[in-house]
Amino acid sequence: MATMEIRSASKNYGTIRVLDDINLDIGDGEFIVLVGPSGCGKSTLLRMIAGLEEITGGEIRIDDKVMNALPPKARDIAMVFQSYALYPHMSVADNMSYSLRLRKTDKPTIAEKVGAASAKLGLDALLERKPKALSGGQRQRVAMGRAIVRQPKAFLFDEPLSNLDARLREHMRAEIRKLHRELGATSIYVTHDQVEAMTLADRIVAMHGGHIQQVGTPLELYDRPANLFVAGFIGSPGMNFLKGDIADRSLHLRDGRTVALPAEMPATMGEATLGIRPEHVVLSPAGEAGLETTVDLVEPTGHGIILHLTLAGTVFKVLTHDRRWLEPGSSVGVSFPAEALHLFNAEGVRV
Amino acid sequence: MTATRLFGTLAHRAAILCFIAFALFPLYWLLKVSVTPNDLLYSEGVRMWPSRTTLDHFRFVLANSEFPRFFANSLIVSGTTALISTALAALMGYALSRFQFRGKLWLAGLLLVTQMFPLVMLVAPIFKILSPLGLTNSLTGLVIVYTAFNVPFASFLMQGFFDGIPSDLEQAAMIDGADRFTAFRHIILPLALPGVAATLGFVFTAAWSEMIFALMLISGSEKATFPVGLLTFVSKFSVDYGQMMAAGVLALIPACLFFLLIQRYLVQGMTAGAVKG
Amino acid sequence: MTATPIPTTYRRPLRQRLAVTLEPWLYCAPVLILITSVMLVPLILGVSYAFRDIQLLNPFSGGFVGLEHFKALGQDDAFLRALRNTLWWTGASVFFQLAFGLILALLLNVPFTGRGLAQALVFLPWAVPTFLAGLNWAWLFNPVIGPIPHWLAALGLMDEPSNILADPSIAMWGPILAATWWGIPFFAITLLAALQSIPKDLYEAASIDGASPIQRFFSITLPYLAPVIAITVLLRTVWVANFADLIIVMTNGGPADRTQTVASYIFTQAFKRLDFGYASAVALVLLALLLAYSMVILVFRQKLSNRDK
Ligand SMILES: Nc1ncnc2c1ncn2[C@@H]1O[C@H](COP(=O)(O)OP(=O)(O)OP(=O)(O)O)[C@@H](O)[C@H]1O
Ligand SMILES: [Mg+2]
Repeated sequence: MATMEIRSASKNYGTIRVLDDINLDIGDGEFIVLVGPSGCGKSTLLRMIAGLEEITGGEIRIDDKVMNALPPKARDIAMVFQSYALYPHMSVADNMSYSLRLRKTDKPTIAEKVGAASAKLGLDALLERKPKALSGGQRQRVAMGRAIVRQPKAFLFDEPLSNLDARLREHMRAEIRKLHRELGATSIYVTHDQVEAMTLADRIVAMHGGHIQQVGTPLELYDRPANLFVAGFIGSPGMNFLKGDIADRSLHLRDGRTVALPAEMPATMGEATLGIRPEHVVLSPAGEAGLETTVDLVEPTGHGIILHLTLAGTVFKVLTHDRRWLEPGSSVGVSFPAEALHLFNAEGVRV
Repeated sequence: MTATRLFGTLAHRAAILCFIAFALFPLYWLLKVSVTPNDLLYSEGVRMWPSRTTLDHFRFVLANSEFPRFFANSLIVSGTTALISTALAALMGYALSRFQFRGKLWLAGLLLVTQMFPLVMLVAPIFKILSPLGLTNSLTGLVIVYTAFNVPFASFLMQGFFDGIPSDLEQAAMIDGADRFTAFRHIILPLALPGVAATLGFVFTAAWSEMIFALMLISGSEKATFPVGLLTFVSKFSVDYGQMMAAGVLALIPACLFFLLIQRYLVQGMTAGAVKG
Repeated sequence: MTATPIPTTYRRPLRQRLAVTLEPWLYCAPVLILITSVMLVPLILGVSYAFRDIQLLNPFSGGFVGLEHFKALGQDDAFLRALRNTLWWTGASVFFQLAFGLILALLLNVPFTGRGLAQALVFLPWAVPTFLAGLNWAWLFNPVIGPIPHWLAALGLMDEPSNILADPSIAMWGPILAATWWGIPFFAITLLAALQSIPKDLYEAASIDGASPIQRFFSITLPYLAPVIAITVLLRTVWVANFADLIIVMTNGGPADRTQTVASYIFTQAFKRLDFGYASAVALVLLALLLAYSMVILVFRQKLSNRDK
């Protein structure tokens, strides 16, 4: 159990700055998810917390103690790697007890702790096997088991599920959620996967280009994205963006048409971007309401249909359950409920 | 079509057989002469196998000559050299594989250069340095010299093997509470065991073969290694061919054993070590 | 939690920073110390010997003689002959090792039953100690106990069975043959490793495009192997030029110095005459020549690869 503070942390590789001015407070027992596109520095941040990478600037504290100069073993943190990093020459039981053996824990205690962890993860039958003889999902469990046996202050996960197939991933996601509820340990979890981020996180940290873009609960990020990057990154399919100029309480699109804005938005502000999620767009038969356009492409996903439209020269996606517009080429009208609109200024910041 | 393919296959097998014959014939001949009784040696000169065989030459060499001592000396020198070189090379190779540090390129370059310059150049100066230290005519002196000569290549070999082990593993160990050296001992070394075996074999074979420095640094038969002993024997009793070749067969044994041990790793080790280094 | 001042650049305590910087050097230190004391210091010492009069048996030697040794070298016919012999010995040995090594590697790159065993057998000479390889071949050439002279005589290439190694005009072929026998595995292993790293789908793509095996060899295999061959030949040439064991064992430079190479000449000077000064001067010349050779090859390669761009 621990709190963590990251203060203006930065990281350079040579002269290249890959993380810049990272600030983050993590509460005791919180489940934090780091999301962001590939190469944005998620793993680097995680590894800095773990002590595997040197911290170029700023500081990282765990339980109010500065960690910068401490080696990993002094930080009492567990980490689950994307590759699992199970020791190939040790049995499952030895993998799980390695950290305890390093700490010279006595044999009965080790047996008890390994027993408890393996029972929790359903690994009892596999304890004598070598990692080579395990399936992907089982390896993943062993990696989790190795992390939980020693009851560390905090857990770090670096894309732990990305090597599993979709079904298993869903299952393990629920397991992790359950484990966290039981253990209540502070956790930081890196993922590419939207759904993982939304379902697991107490708070999500969205990162891009070495900077934190927004920190908040999953719904905060979904409902009130702080900028264009977060707006586009959270949600699937991604938010639609309409570029134009705002004047007379409406957005003037590049093709000359206009979208009326609700009263609480500024009446004039020049260049701006209006965002709306595909699932919030309202469709109506052509000519009845909204902007008229044609269906280019239809993607049925089973639990819904994604329509690709063209609006003001850009692709515009709509998620619907209505099966009336399945025919490519048919005309539809799209309209936007006022409460579902997001407005961003020319710099991409939410207004 | 099938006729040409059949012909191709036959030609291929025939070519392989030619290479095998060429590779093995000299060793076969060595063995043959070593079991030929003296009285048949000249009368049956080029026969492929003598009409009578004997182990007398081996008996003589093992019982009445100094070869057992030469053999033991060589075994001690090569074994110790292999152990020390591999241990040092493991550390060095680990540093080259896992650390980014200033001067690393320079260091690798230095190792490479030591593989390029003529070792004969060092014969005189090394003799001059070791002589006042009492390390000439001593097995310890030979071990030191051989270790230095073999450790650069061994380091590149070990580096290649370490590069093949994901660094996630030792990082996981470090997070589990090991410091770097403990992680190296517990996790990396056991996984690099095949590499360690291959390196041991390479160094042992090289040390077993070394002759120039052994001739220069060792005088007298007390500390002579196998090559020194054999060459002295050859120049002294140059007509006892059967005995010489029996001794030659003995010299072949440990080298071949080690070779069989490592030959599995040869191709992979060369990819890892030599091409990279 | 709120009022902690934000440090902009965190500096580790000096001791820890030192530990971090030193850590890799700790792992390198044993090797570094060993190499420095057993190879680099003697190398420098050896260079200085070249300008001094160092004779092991002469207690009054040791003084500086400047370029005396090098002047003597210019007049030393034995040395000049050794230079020519080195060229011949190195060129022929490396050429045959490469040619047969390449053929062997190509043969072994084809899967067949018993490949593992065949590989172990053909690579065996590499494990044979060089002194033994030398003696072994010397015995094979010996008409008393070796078959080769008799075979040559039977083929009509020789009037009567006699020792090649004793005939000044052809003696050099003895060590060259032994070196080839001993060196083929090295080339074969290196080239086989390179062959096995060529992606298989390249060949599949080429055969789908209708390339014949020979076309595939010239359009894929050879370009892939070329850099490996170049670097291996470079390293091996230097190595063979320095390699004196076989010659010392088989002919000791004879007959009439016909097989004396620079490397064996250095050894003879140091070992037999104990004239370390002169031996070091010869070694220095050899080193200079080999450096020059490496430079020329590297520059040449640079030129070639620049032209490709
Ligand atoms: N050892 C290194 N040397 C130089 N640059 C590095 C190094 N490791 C990472 N980087 C760079 O740092 C940046 C951040 O890398 P990081 O691995 O943290 O990304 P990530 O967000 O985890 O990406 P992914 O989702 O693909 O895992 C990348 O641009 C990467 O190229
Ligand atoms: Mg990552």
